[in-house]
Amino acid sequence: MCLAVPVKVLDLSVDGTARVEKDGVTLTVMSSLTPDVAPGDYVLLHAGFIIQKLDRDDAEGRIRMIKDLYDGED
Amino acid sequence: MSHGSGGRQTHDLVQDLLLSRLGNKTLNRMEDSAVISPSPGSRIAMTTDSYVVQPLFFPGGDIGRLSVCGTVNDLATSGAVPQVLSLGLILEEGLEFDTLEEIVDSIARAAEEAGVLIATGDTKVINRGPGDGLYINTAGIGFIEDGIEISSYNGKPGDKVILTGPLGNHEIALMKARGLIPFETDIQSDVAPLNRYVKEVLERGGDISAIKDPTRGGLASALHEICGHSGCNVTIYEEQIPVDRNVKAVCELAGFDPLYLANEGKYIILCKPESSSLILDIFGSAGAVIGEVQERGDGKGELLMETRSGGLRRLGMLETTQLPRIC
Amino acid sequence: MERIKQIREALKGLGKQSATLMEVCGTHTMSIARNGIRSLLPEGVRLVSGPGCPVCVTSQGEIQTALDLAERENVLLCTFGDMMRVPGERGRLEDMDNVKIVYSPMEALTEAEKDRDRQVVFVGVGFETTSPLIAATVQEARRRKIRNFSVLPFHKTIPEALRLILSDPEVSIDGLILPGHVSVLTGRRYFDFITEYGTSGVVSGFEALDILEGIYLLLRGMEEGQREVLNNYTQVVKDEGNLQAMNTLYQVFESSDALWRGVGVIPESGLIFREQYRDFNALERFSTPVPDIPEPEGCLCGRILMGKSIPPECPWFGTECTPQRPIGPCMVSSEGTCAACYKYPEVVFKR
Repeated sequence: MCLAVPVKVLDLSVDGTARVEKDGVTLTVMSSLTPDVAPGDYVLLHAGFIIQKLDRDDAEGRIRMIKDLYDGED
Repeated sequence: MSHGSGGRQTHDLVQDLLLSRLGNKTLNRMEDSAVISPSPGSRIAMTTDSYVVQPLFFPGGDIGRLSVCGTVNDLATSGAVPQVLSLGLILEEGLEFDTLEEIVDSIARAAEEAGVLIATGDTKVINRGPGDGLYINTAGIGFIEDGIEISSYNGKPGDKVILTGPLGNHEIALMKARGLIPFETDIQSDVAPLNRYVKEVLERGGDISAIKDPTRGGLASALHEICGHSGCNVTIYEEQIPVDRNVKAVCELAGFDPLYLANEGKYIILCKPESSSLILDIFGSAGAVIGEVQERGDGKGELLMETRSGGLRRLGMLETTQLPRIC
Repeated sequence: MERIKQIREALKGLGKQSATLMEVCGTHTMSIARNGIRSLLPEGVRLVSGPGCPVCVTSQGEIQTALDLAERENVLLCTFGDMMRVPGERGRLEDMDNVKIVYSPMEALTEAEKDRDRQVVFVGVGFETTSPLIAATVQEARRRKIRNFSVLPFHKTIPEALRLILSDPEVSIDGLILPGHVSVLTGRRYFDFITEYGTSGVVSGFEALDILEGIYLLLRGMEEGQREVLNNYTQVVKDEGNLQAMNTLYQVFESSDALWRGVGVIPESGLIFREQYRDFNALERFSTPVPDIPEPEGCLCGRILMGKSIPPECPWFGTECTPQRPIGPCMVSSEGTCAACYKYPEVVFKR
């Protein structure tokens, strides 16, 4: 029911906005709902708002049981 | 631009503007009809289209360039070599003279690029409309050499399906110009005449079954029509379909399907397998073989796509033009 | 591609080969159709679509209210593109002059800031993914003292609709594919209640692989007799969600009963403005109550939204009711179940 797309944060302004980028396309969005984001972070964007920071330590986002399925794959 | 009392004056101004930019032996005669002679043995292809695009200028093009390229590209889908165009201009009162000048210049450049002459024309000024507008109708005539049979009815099992370049740039550029998407991008319309490439392919012995330009409705709608006409199935492979990365990004952000976005400088070409490398060679490296034509017993051809995940998806015509969405 | 093969093999290797699963979210419905997921599943696994399409569940009365406001003098109605083609009793937003498509509710606020003498109304639709952003926009309007901005509060919330489905004796759902992006905001725990109904769930992303993995996890859990809500989208979905966003949502709005198109009134499944933000309520500003408009007769959308019927069972599907001339809500939205079934006819909707 909701499109949300990962984008990269380029910079943040004091007014609660951020410039983000995806594959050469940039736009200005609101960062007020995610106070902990920083330039260089990957974030999830929905309707012009950053709604979550992507967890870089969990680049896959899959639970262990599933990761185990792919064992042996490089 | 004024209508009414200043009509005569306007008419003369427009005529001067047009002749000085588009003039040629045929047009300069200013007769009621233009006369052209086909080469012996050739058949005549004819087409017409009206252009009402808003705004008049967009990244990578304008209504003038579009009105030449669109008609020239339609002609060349039959393998015809476009010769002449007619140019009907409908101007709304209030249109800036400079704007008209710029658009006619663009028409002249596009016609030269395509190697066609404007053989006849007409101008009307109508009452002020919603947007100081300009509408263009062009009709075109081309000659088809003996022995060339290219038609969307001619797709045959075993033919390869070529897309001559990446999808979607034109419609995204237009949406940007219309203020429908708030993204900053340098995506430009691909509007360009393609007739010279077709001519070269045919001169070098390329064996083409069908050509279709994926304009409004995009790749999927155009291929769907080929399936209907040829009675064959067409299967395309999602992974092989070229889309520029910035166009793909806009599609993801705004929820568009690139398969249904309009293009103005791309062809879908069905050809014998041995001709595919020649065609890709001539049209340039951005093109790709994206699928093939298959036998279909009952003649009810369908368009299928093997998705990246290996699933099979049946593609229909575009139902309604796409709008940016959040769902 | 390699992983898709592996997960399909894993699915085949399970003892559990049949189940009825519901994808709650319309974006999942579309992804399942677009990627041909049904063709990749064991025979006995049936997928039914749930109520998670905000356009679909927006009532006829609410749509008419938006259309009526767009007809007023000196009003600019801003909406997500999704709502543009939904037919009201008379016309669609797409056919009206004073309507602007926005990508973000903040664009509507910018419009209001540009011309303070004109009323800008934003059509507030969407679930928990979208409503916090609209709440944040309302707070921003207050901070910037933009008084010519208001919102039509037509939001819906998911849990009570799911409770209704899960407690319906006519519906038997073994597992839920939970909406990934709603969960980003609400957190995974928000959906723990479904286990009370003996149902498992998995929070899933939207790629083909994500959905196949989610189905695998549900079937495997059932095989092991577990009832739990798993999270296979951990990169963005946390147990607690985005607390800042949820706080913002409930600072501006509070729960209320809401009318779901085709379904009826579901208690505590909507959002109304809190007292201190009433001045942003477009319904009050323009003194325009939402009219009560009956559903089109014969339309099965209500049953389809609840997972009780499938599109081909509707007498109007594909004949009277098509994406160009939709009758019911599930055909109206590009992510509606009927639209998906119409656009991707290879999708076999099994009973």
